[in-house]
Amino acid sequence: MVHITSPAFKANATRALADAGLQKALDRSKGTSHAKRAAAVAALPEFERLRDIGRDIKNHTLANLDFYLEAYAAQVERAGGTVHWCSTADEARAAVLKICRDKGARTVTKGKSMISEELGINEHLEAHGIEPVETDLGEYILQIRKEPPSHIIGPAFHLNREDWEKTFREIHTELPKDRVFHERSDIMAEARTKLRSRFLAADVGITGANFLIAETGSSVIVTNEGNGDLTQTLPKTHIVLASIEKVVPTLEDATSLLRLLARSATGQDFSVYTTFSTGIRREPDLDGPEDYHVVLIDNGRSNMIGTDFQEMLRCIRCAACMNHCPVYGVTGGHAYGWVYPGPMGSVLTPTLIGIDKAGNLPNASTFCGKCESVCPVKIPLPKLMRHWREREFERHLSPQSVRTGLGIWAWFAQRPTAYRMATKLGIGALSLLGRGKGAFRSLPLAGGWTAGRDLPVPEPGGTFMARYKAQKRARR
Amino acid sequence: MSRDAILGGIRRGLKRGPLPADQQAMLAGRIATHPRHLIPARSRLPRAEQIALFIRNVEKEFGTVERVPDHAAIPAAVADYLAAQNLPARLVMAPHPDLLGIDWSTRPMLEREARRAQEGDAVSLQHAWSGVAETGTLVLPSDPTRPTTLNLLPDTEIAVLRASDIVGAYEEVWDRLRAGPADALTGGFMPRNIMFVTGPSRSADIEQTLELGAHGPRRLHILLVEDEPAPRMESPAEARAEATTQPGAPAAPGD
Repeated sequence: MVHITSPAFKANATRALADAGLQKALDRSKGTSHAKRAAAVAALPEFERLRDIGRDIKNHTLANLDFYLEAYAAQVERAGGTVHWCSTADEARAAVLKICRDKGARTVTKGKSMISEELGINEHLEAHGIEPVETDLGEYILQIRKEPPSHIIGPAFHLNREDWEKTFREIHTELPKDRVFHERSDIMAEARTKLRSRFLAADVGITGANFLIAETGSSVIVTNEGNGDLTQTLPKTHIVLASIEKVVPTLEDATSLLRLLARSATGQDFSVYTTFSTGIRREPDLDGPEDYHVVLIDNGRSNMIGTDFQEMLRCIRCAACMNHCPVYGVTGGHAYGWVYPGPMGSVLTPTLIGIDKAGNLPNASTFCGKCESVCPVKIPLPKLMRHWREREFERHLSPQSVRTGLGIWAWFAQRPTAYRMATKLGIGALSLLGRGKGAFRSLPLAGGWTAGRDLPVPEPGGTFMARYKAQKRARR
Repeated sequence: MSRDAILGGIRRGLKRGPLPADQQAMLAGRIATHPRHLIPARSRLPRAEQIALFIRNVEKEFGTVERVPDHAAIPAAVADYLAAQNLPARLVMAPHPDLLGIDWSTRPMLEREARRAQEGDAVSLQHAWSGVAETGTLVLPSDPTRPTTLNLLPDTEIAVLRASDIVGAYEEVWDRLRAGPADALTGGFMPRNIMFVTGPSRSADIEQTLELGAHGPRRLHILLVEDEPAPRMESPAEARAEATTQPGAPAAPGD
């Protein structure tokens, strides 16, 4: 399993801000993903109505999840597949290993899958002598560099071209040392050549799933590279890793969600490859896997049902929330310290690894609300982060200084006269201290604020309430 | 059993036991009737415009389309395309009756083998079962006559599509599949695999910059058999200029 560094979010974020390479990578995409999504959405006038439809499909499915999972599993079995129900990550890892061992597998190719990161499938296979090979271009270089993904759909988001060239020179040592990478396409061509032989040699292919379809028992993957399709077509055995909330009732339901997915994720109308896989190779077919396994994983999801966090199970992993998040935009994904970064991670991670470890994440938000406004299935991410903050406070997990500060603030907030007097005094003192300056660069007791930005000197005219009253009087 | 544990956990969360029979019947009915949701207006066009939209969307995603009057024109179109791309006159072809039935003797220099694709095949000629106008998407269900590997291994994929097989929206594909012959294994309508392909393979994993030809074909060329009249379109360059991201230009992560 991925090493958890979420408790050190603040230190991680400080390091991220000082990392010139990372900041260069983050700057490069600033605005691009917003503009692309906005253009794709503008080109489909029905997009807003589709968001409501997407939300409703997911809500309907979750309210009947037991029924749809059983219907789905029955269809998989009818198509010659096997469903492995796994409550925990341990069970899922064991199921994958057993299938690989039964097939005598030595190498396994993999399509990009976040649930695989959550389960730590690669480490588990390696520990048992089976070599996993990541085939998504971004995942491929991260596997070599032994880094986790920093973005759920663009895993190598944090790397620059120099990093790619350096890593490829270090690892592809059989290629001429003096070869030149003129273009990004040269880097991609080298990866394509290296991976092609791995695709052909693999005994088992492992993919994730964007959707599972109860009507037909199909698993759906969405890629642009085609690596997922090569992974699930060439080896004799195909293993699908999917968490239980991926199921939807019908092809029509999946279709409506697919209209939202690519537009929200990359601003494409549709991804290059959207593929529905249903069971084993048919008798007369010339290609396709002879064995089809679905490892169906709970790993904490069923505990979310019936709670405030059930809404999070609607997530279709498009990454629009992190693409639009001002916090993610400066820290990148690694600072979040586990598999899922950005706003969706700040809600999901505490449910999966515990609020005691992930308490920093729901606090790493400005509550600007952008994430909710772009979410294709309308998950109220800020509200859910607020729920986590409340729970953290109730469980006495927040630091004593915060609790004391909040206690003092609450005392005043419940006493309007005292509150107004205190703010009047405070504003007066700040105005006096700051006379002649536009802003404070530093201020006693306000280091937490001024370390990162200036504090403006209050405008003349007193507190908001004082000015409000004065205006009301003037109007009379 | 984990199955029971998972289902039990879900039911505990939902504060109920297994669904009563009448509610199960209702949900089974929803699956059986698979109601459609919103179909974008852009897919609902007069026939000729629908075909024009398909072409425009393919070209926007860096595929190419050539219109041919009938299947007899395919050998020449294939040979000319390969020559123009500086590719050898050799291809692996889907063993589909539409393609096998063509008189290839007009282009005797064109080497053809009807089989699945293997490593080393540079060019495939695939039979496209349908096309979806709303996004310029080819629909390629697996079948003994339509191997999946043809869509993946060669650098260049040429697909033959009848204009009459173009539909407006994805939902029409599902309806056509449901109306088709039953699958021998499942008795249902889904083939083992069905690929929806929109343009050639690509990646933006290196510096969020779009590059074509990641693991699948670098080129996707569609030969559109005009078994149905439709108006001529503007040049591919104009449609491609509409794409939000050009190769070598900044893209969103995950592109």
